[in-house]
Amino acid sequence: MTRKDAMGRRFMLPGLAVLLPGLAALLPRLAALLPGLAVAVLALLPCGRAAAQEQTLTLVSWGGAYARACEKGYIERFERETGIDVRIEDYNGGLAQIRAQVDVGNVYWDVVDMELPDMVRGCDEGLFVPIDVDELAPGADGTPAADDIAEDGLTECGPTNLYYATVVVYNDARIGTAKPSSIADFFDLEQFPGRRGMRRSPLANLEFALMADGVPLDEVYATLDTEAGVRRAFRKLDSIKDRIVWWEAGAQPPQMLADGEVVMTTAYNGRIFNAQVLEDQPFVIVWDGQLLDTGGLVVVEGTRNLEAAKAFVRFANTARAMADVGRYISYSPSRRSAMNLISTHAETGVEMSPHMPTSPENIGRALHNDWEWWSDNGEEMNERFSTWLAR
Amino acid sequence: MTTMTTTTTTTTTTTTAGHGFWRMAYLGFCALVFAFLIAPILVIVPLSFNAEPYFTFTEGMLRLDADAWSLRWYRQIMEDEEWSRALANSLLIGVSATVLATVLGTLAALGLSNPAMPARRFATGLLISPMVTPVIISAAGMFFFYSNLGLAQTHLGLILAHAALGTPFVVITVTATLAGYDENLSRAAASMGAGPLTVFRRVQLPLIAPGVVSGGIFAFAASFDEVVVVLFMGGIEQRTIPRQMWSGIREEISPAILAVAVFLIVFAVLFLLTVEWLRRRNAR
Amino acid sequence: MSENPDIQAGRTKTGSGTGRPMPSPRLDPRLRAALLVLPLLVFVGVTFLAPLANMLVRSVYDPVVADTLPETLERLRAWDGRGLPEETVYEALARELLAAREDRTLGQVATRVNRVQSGLRSALTRTARRLRDVDEGPWSEAMTGIHAAWGETGTWRALREAGDRYTPRHYLNALDLQRDPDGSIAFQPEDRRIYLFLLWRTLLVSLGVTVLCLLIGYPVARLIAHAPPRRANLLLILVLVPFWTSLLVRTTSWIVLLQNQGVLNDMFVYLGVIGDDGRLAMIYNMTGTFVAMTHVLLPFMVLPLYSVMSAIPKVQTSAAESLGATPWQSFWRVYWPQTLPGVGAGCLLVFILAIGYYITPALVGGSTGQLISNMIAFHMQSSLNWSLAAALGGILLVCVAGLYVLYDRLVGIERMRLG
Repeated sequence: MTRKDAMGRRFMLPGLAVLLPGLAALLPRLAALLPGLAVAVLALLPCGRAAAQEQTLTLVSWGGAYARACEKGYIERFERETGIDVRIEDYNGGLAQIRAQVDVGNVYWDVVDMELPDMVRGCDEGLFVPIDVDELAPGADGTPAADDIAEDGLTECGPTNLYYATVVVYNDARIGTAKPSSIADFFDLEQFPGRRGMRRSPLANLEFALMADGVPLDEVYATLDTEAGVRRAFRKLDSIKDRIVWWEAGAQPPQMLADGEVVMTTAYNGRIFNAQVLEDQPFVIVWDGQLLDTGGLVVVEGTRNLEAAKAFVRFANTARAMADVGRYISYSPSRRSAMNLISTHAETGVEMSPHMPTSPENIGRALHNDWEWWSDNGEEMNERFSTWLAR
Repeated sequence: MTTMTTTTTTTTTTTTAGHGFWRMAYLGFCALVFAFLIAPILVIVPLSFNAEPYFTFTEGMLRLDADAWSLRWYRQIMEDEEWSRALANSLLIGVSATVLATVLGTLAALGLSNPAMPARRFATGLLISPMVTPVIISAAGMFFFYSNLGLAQTHLGLILAHAALGTPFVVITVTATLAGYDENLSRAAASMGAGPLTVFRRVQLPLIAPGVVSGGIFAFAASFDEVVVVLFMGGIEQRTIPRQMWSGIREEISPAILAVAVFLIVFAVLFLLTVEWLRRRNAR
Repeated sequence: MSENPDIQAGRTKTGSGTGRPMPSPRLDPRLRAALLVLPLLVFVGVTFLAPLANMLVRSVYDPVVADTLPETLERLRAWDGRGLPEETVYEALARELLAAREDRTLGQVATRVNRVQSGLRSALTRTARRLRDVDEGPWSEAMTGIHAAWGETGTWRALREAGDRYTPRHYLNALDLQRDPDGSIAFQPEDRRIYLFLLWRTLLVSLGVTVLCLLIGYPVARLIAHAPPRRANLLLILVLVPFWTSLLVRTTSWIVLLQNQGVLNDMFVYLGVIGDDGRLAMIYNMTGTFVAMTHVLLPFMVLPLYSVMSAIPKVQTSAAESLGATPWQSFWRVYWPQTLPGVGAGCLLVFILAIGYYITPALVGGSTGQLISNMIAFHMQSSLNWSLAAALGGILLVCVAGLYVLYDRLVGIERMRLG
């Protein structure tokens, strides 16, 4: 980080120094000045390039608290141990940008952190490099990777690393005396008036709508598999549509909740945990009908840093790396052997396990994401969702 | 022209009191519109000095507590590597595109101002079209085309794209300046033996220079504010200031954006004053 | 202004007469003018017009399916479109699907077929995934076993349609139309129609913004045009500052002002106009789009109006009034008609710019303030339905080009001024 800061100053000051007198001098004779300015700028650029000359890996992740947790949890250690510089970019999920890069043949993302349904779908489409389970490190207790990682978490293009949940959460300071206790309360505008935050995506929202409409946990995907079920989900969403504020980045819902932009929102549980312990926000998670998801890292086909990218994926999949992420954000490791390494929050000393989405007290009413259904129907649902949204 | 004979037939008396009221209402309305135009821009200037990460005036700020005001967001953007890289990119792309657009646009304006130019109207229409085409369409088309040429996600690609979008500004301003240019000056110079190039360099260019510079500033400002093409065609290496602001506004909106915005407002005012100064010079 | 050939000829003679060599033989002025314009024409042609043309081609031309499944499509041509095709078709498809999976082009084919009939993506990918374990025919049985879609007539029709290299399908889609199995053109099912609605909304919003800009811009332009020079300059600056300020900055300003916890809502709550829980939703909806667009486009209305108005001598209206006309009459009959060119120029310009607006609705429009441009961006960046994006772009382009030609007829492009 210190290196980055120093470089920032080195960069910024000459930049401004060139610009301001440049503009002042613009007045008399721009024609004579332009080439000079261009040369000055060109001279500026290589100093950025020189710093990036060591091998750089572009990791595309979810930004905010999660990216910071990964950075502190294992990325900094990876950089120290390998000398490879990892540059973290933010995105909000989905395959579109990767498909565009692969289709056009100009791949500039190396490793991407993504949700399991997208991992499977992208793998089918040939967007990712296959990674064999035998290449992966054994667990903390020596169990081979194939047995250590939950069976759902192995795809042809790599393992998943973490479990996380999309939960309903409210701001205790603003909700009033009655407190929401179930997923149905999220859709209850009469008892809990005010705006709701939801992710701008059909994933999780369709499930929430059906559960709130009375569909039991184990029938949610069977219902969604029918046209009538999909319509039912959209109808339920219709009932609160004009009270929904849509979010795209995981960092937004805690902010919206803190600002009072919404009284209740769906959010990733780890982001809420961070707001609770680091910012003392009075947020309360409703552990009912939350969608339990898993995700991992994939290497984009056509990357210019294949070996480094694979090494990074293997590194991130070690039990230690997973557990270390769990010291900064409440996401559970996908390796059984890493579960025992979970202890307290690195900065505040809070016991982590009660906040984990897989802990016994939280997982009881969880809906497990059916990745197969989403990888088959995701495209179609996205299209219907965007049509529904724009009406 | 409307004839006034029709109005003379009607005779009405106007009460001065009513007149005064309407006059006040009119001025009041105009004042509101001016406030609508300028207040949103002014309001973010003080907010950028907010010590808290909020987008609204805190009580401390209203009480003018020194603690409630701070330069933290300015420090943050100064120290952030991403913003400085974005500034370097914006300058590189903006300046290069401006040079290209200014040279090509000035030449074309010289040709277009010549009454002998064949198909003048059609050519003008074609050359101005990048300015009126919705930028989303230009960006989409450029994305496909430049990708096929391997120019997507390169600085060169963005420079070419921005130059194309900037040329209409140069063509328009230089053509406007040339409308006031007295062709006899060129003839006089030529009759004294100056070649066409000398005539251009020594006689024509100094006179139309204000228009050329204005056009260049317009082109630069257009590039400096362009986000859609960068969004479609730029990679991580080509992030510009507007691109950086775009993700800031859409994702993690922090008051640092306001600090950047204040910088951009200062730029805008500088651009504006320069162009107006040149215009006035040209008018003289 | 016209150049006199005699003078030119004379000049050339004088030039050579004094013994100074001319740098080049005298060019025909037509050629000379054209040569000056040529570099920019070529540049704009390559960097701007060619990409547009390329995009339009893309809206009707897509060879991916045809190139990946040539044999299957060739054999399907013999099929009459009723019942199921013959075993040879299944055999060819099985072979080509496996090859496509090997080449990693299957995803692209599956996506395209899925756009003709949704649901077929998984049929193709799953079939290709499982076919590796099938060694021999009959292929029809094996494939129908893997996915029931292969036993349906519609699947094969969809495949055949997706195999067309040239197709008007994307334009039909962009107008909420589709081709029914019998070949006739009909509307899409109710819950899938969206684009006509969005086009209509875009037109309405553009029209609304134009009218609003005219209503509030006209008095202001008139005030500036007839103010004493010093004050006029000052007032003009108030219009020009927003004009020059970055679009993103202005949009940010509106977010800061209008959002739930923003300056305006805070002020209303402080003044007691609304309660703390009754904060107004002024952004991330149509209101946000409308207000921000009006703000951004207002200078484009005021400036042309101003330039027309400042050429109207003030004595005219005074003369009318001294002759007995009411202020209203003198305005309506004397002043207004003379400003019509400015009104036309301003309205057309604002409308042209509004109809293609993207950034402002994307940032402050929420879900209800989205316009057609945002849908183009969605298909460019999220759904990656590039052909549909191109078709929507083509439709928008035709609208804008029409208005542009109209502008040229009524106002004249060469009279366009900046700032």
